[in-house]
Amino acid sequence: MRTLTSTVISALALVATLFSLYAVGQASIREHAFETEAQRELYQTLIQELRCPKCQNQNIADSNAPLSADMRDRTYTMVMEGKSRKQIIDYMVARYGNFVHYRPPFNWYTSILWWGPLLIIVVGVGVAWAMSRKRKQPLALSEEEQERLKQLRKPDHD
Amino acid sequence: MSAQETQGSNKKWIVLFVPLVLFIVLVVFLLKGLGKDPTHLESVLIDKPVPEFTAQDLFDPTQQHSEQVLKKGPLLFNVWATWCPTCRAEHEFLNELAAQGIPIVGLNYKDDSRGKAMDWLNTLGDPYTVNLYDPEGKVAFEFGVYGAPETYFIDAEGRVRYRHVGDVNPRNWENQLKGIYQQMVKEAKQ
Repeated sequence: MRTLTSTVISALALVATLFSLYAVGQASIREHAFETEAQRELYQTLIQELRCPKCQNQNIADSNAPLSADMRDRTYTMVMEGKSRKQIIDYMVARYGNFVHYRPPFNWYTSILWWGPLLIIVVGVGVAWAMSRKRKQPLALSEEEQERLKQLRKPDHD
Repeated sequence: MSAQETQGSNKKWIVLFVPLVLFIVLVVFLLKGLGKDPTHLESVLIDKPVPEFTAQDLFDPTQQHSEQVLKKGPLLFNVWATWCPTCRAEHEFLNELAAQGIPIVGLNYKDDSRGKAMDWLNTLGDPYTVNLYDPEGKVAFEFGVYGAPETYFIDAEGRVRYRHVGDVNPRNWENQLKGIYQQMVKEAKQ
């Protein structure tokens, strides 16, 4: 009987803990009210695309870091002010750098990421082609060598 | 071997060494990356003027400060909070730097309460020439602060020259940070 009671108590405690964890999780993602569906969509894409500077490999939609909450709030305020997607991203990049956006811009520093693989393929194909061309050349014997071969093949030679 | 043949084989040797050279370049590049801390972000504000802001004084809510307090450099701008253990670790050293006459402006970042922050400075010592209060992290957002403590090096013209993330301690001060500060002082005198 005693064990049954303690089991029930611990089960209840577990449920309570899980519930409170759920409540904390919910509280950290503040609900935002939107006037139009376009605003909601813009907000949703932006928080998926913006990266949390503190937690490195999460976007600000997934992250529970206080900084991410601040960034979501700022995004929300700017969406409601009627700012465009580009304006909001530029605003974040101006403060946290290109790191903050999951789509890096194409510029001098990132060009190697885009052109590197293509460059390697081109160089590889070029080298392979040059090598295969070289190997074909010495297969044919010159006239002199043909003559020598004929001499060597003569039966009276040995 | 004819002269032509020698030249040909020399050329061949050079070509054969190209992959080795490329490999060494790659190794150096990757080795440099190994020692880097991936959580360390470079500030986008480097060599740019400090952003505009207004903030209350920590001790006196009626007093408003602006970015002008950071234009009396060279100085250090330190972001801290009582909930931040590393800030506690660096506090004593900041006191020491202040005692050496280095001006440090403090930004209290998203603290639990104004009272807690005031208590901290009253008990542990106040190394700051000005104390800014930023309960919502608005000023810090303008600077791109992503974790306390952070220390910005601001030159005489009010430009951000360097951002240090993490605690300032005697070791990194001697090795690196002191030099950055002295450079700013030297430039200010010119």
